[in-house]
Amino acid sequence: MQDRYPLAFKLYPYARVPDQDAGAPVRHPVVIVGAGPVGLSLALDLGLRGTPVVVLDDHEGVGLGSRALCFAKRTLEIMDRLGAGPDMLGKGIVWQKGRVFRDRDEIFDFDLLPEAGHEYPAFINLQQPHFERFVMEAVTRAQAKGAPIEVRGKNRVDAVKDTGDGVAIDLITPDGPYRMEADYVVACDGARSPVRSMLGLGFEGRVFEDNFLIADVKMTADFPTERWFWFEPWFKSGDSALLHKQPDDIWRIDFQLGWDIDREKELRPENIRARVDQMLGHSDYELDWCSIYTFQCRRMERFRHGRVLFAGDSAHQVSPFGARGANSGVQDADNLAWKLKAVLEGAPDGLLDSYDAERVMAADENILNSSRSTDFLTPKSQVSRLFRNAVLDLARDHPFARQLINSGRLSVPCIYDGSPLNTPDALDAPARSRPGAPCPDAPLGDGFLLKSLGAGFTLLALDCEAPESLPEAGVTARRLSVDTAVAPLIRDRYLGEAPTGLYLIRPDQHVAGRWPTFDEPQVRAAMRRAMGEATC
Amino acid sequence: MLNLAPNIPDPDGFYAELLGVHEGLAPEESHALNARLILILANHIGDRATLSAALEAARTSGQPRSGDAP
Ligand SMILES: Cc1cc2nc3c(=O)[nH]c(=O)nc-3n(C[C@H](O)[C@H](O)[C@H](O)COP(=O)(O)OP(=O)(O)OC[C@H]3O[C@@H](n4cnc5c(N)ncnc54)[C@H](O)[C@@H]3O)c2cc1C
Repeated sequence: MQDRYPLAFKLYPYARVPDQDAGAPVRHPVVIVGAGPVGLSLALDLGLRGTPVVVLDDHEGVGLGSRALCFAKRTLEIMDRLGAGPDMLGKGIVWQKGRVFRDRDEIFDFDLLPEAGHEYPAFINLQQPHFERFVMEAVTRAQAKGAPIEVRGKNRVDAVKDTGDGVAIDLITPDGPYRMEADYVVACDGARSPVRSMLGLGFEGRVFEDNFLIADVKMTADFPTERWFWFEPWFKSGDSALLHKQPDDIWRIDFQLGWDIDREKELRPENIRARVDQMLGHSDYELDWCSIYTFQCRRMERFRHGRVLFAGDSAHQVSPFGARGANSGVQDADNLAWKLKAVLEGAPDGLLDSYDAERVMAADENILNSSRSTDFLTPKSQVSRLFRNAVLDLARDHPFARQLINSGRLSVPCIYDGSPLNTPDALDAPARSRPGAPCPDAPLGDGFLLKSLGAGFTLLALDCEAPESLPEAGVTARRLSVDTAVAPLIRDRYLGEAPTGLYLIRPDQHVAGRWPTFDEPQVRAAMRRAMGEATC
Repeated sequence: MLNLAPNIPDPDGFYAELLGVHEGLAPEESHALNARLILILANHIGDRATLSAALEAARTSGQPRSGDAP
């Protein structure tokens, strides 16, 4: 078995397992194909919930090279729930401000988290290999405490077949082939998803005709920790350029190269250095990593195909402008884990269809935003370039044009408006925390609200009565009472002008329903609905 | 709502002024000016429904009428 890429960290070396010597295929509740950021997050979430899970990857660790860099607040909140948040925050470079230049002039700046009272920042920059390593370390810690997670390196999936009452999986290992079975398979096997091909499923969308050169440069510099973006940069490297700070004195520089390029020539170190020298005005740095990438925006029509589900890049792919790839994939995992567990424990199978409905909606939102950014960066016709440049011309003098500048609309979580799991809004309170929305964080006592939510359903009782626990639809919601007189930001974000409020919050910290007070029949009906028992 | 009834008090004067700002410009400079002008006016209008109606009016009035010779 040849590696397809070199490793940054060897985290799950191949080891022979009893399944390989069993006479008949061993059956597992959940098998995940791919131990990238999405597969590992999903495995960790399931394992922490007590659902046995096996992860298969054809490598023994994390691939080397520069891919994801910007991890968003919502991802960090999910990672906090899973036990990897503090490590990431500790290593990552925190940022929330961005500046956009044209030539030498600053024409726009933005702040992605202008309000206080959140445990996690708008963004951190952290190299993807470190992100994956921290998730794997959390997996190891969870395993030590008994979480039923197994990660099998050098186990390549060669065939997947839905047999109706299960899924048969054929594997290749250094010791030869074996077969296993699963109740459910989740394909987290990346944009080229072999599982998708094995099932003959499509992946439609747009290819953008442009090439970007990534140069990760090691140097000490005192640029501020902000996202800097240039249109028509004065250092003449091409149409646009982007600069980001990474941990360990590494800087990410992205150069837009255009469509008709000679890749091999552009990747020669002397040519890369010429670009970087021009930009920095010196050559006192080392090249840490360079690659050229092109991009697509596309998704599968459906993310669920019977007992096989798709999450992360296998299901949807976006251009990197907006940092919506890994961030949205981790949110897929967050959405799917509790549903898979519930269905394995007897909840209606239709609950898994809500994964498809909610995450297809999120993927469409991400693709829309990332396509719009890409259209602005890479005008695809003369007239789109004309308007793009008109916006940049106007932006210097007129504030209104600055809001049209689109150098990437950065990842924010999707609000699942219209989800079949939502109960219609019954509280006159801020829209940001309406049914379908991820709960906004806020300070609570010495800590934060999101940390105080349980792993299951929560009844968030704001200045009102509610029972300590409420069993319904096979799960139990636990109460969290808050006196908003001493938690003013919870009041601002969840009540507004409303005197009291009762929120039903899902295990993935999205709001399922909200009411002025605890009304037992309504809350029970909302729990049934959120568990996929349609209550029409 | 999009107002398509006469609304400019001094139509001939406005028209002359519009042509005037293009005087001496190369075609690509004129295109760029028009693009800036559209963005300025669109921002002034602001209302999304009115803007959509204006885009639609501009799109359809450039097309041949049904019944016209092809
Ligand atoms: C230049 C660039 C910049 C980016 N920047 C950002 C950013 O700032 N923020 C962001 O959120 N995202 C970013 N992304 C996107 C991000 O890298 C991806 O969205 C993310 O890696 C997807 O994770 P995944 O787990 O779905 O798939 P992958 O990371 O591709 O993992 C798939 C795994 O499946 C394994 N596998 C494949 N086939 C098999 C098989 N047959 N059997 C077993 N295992 C298999 C692979 O070895 C791999 O480990 C960027 C991408 C690029 C290219």
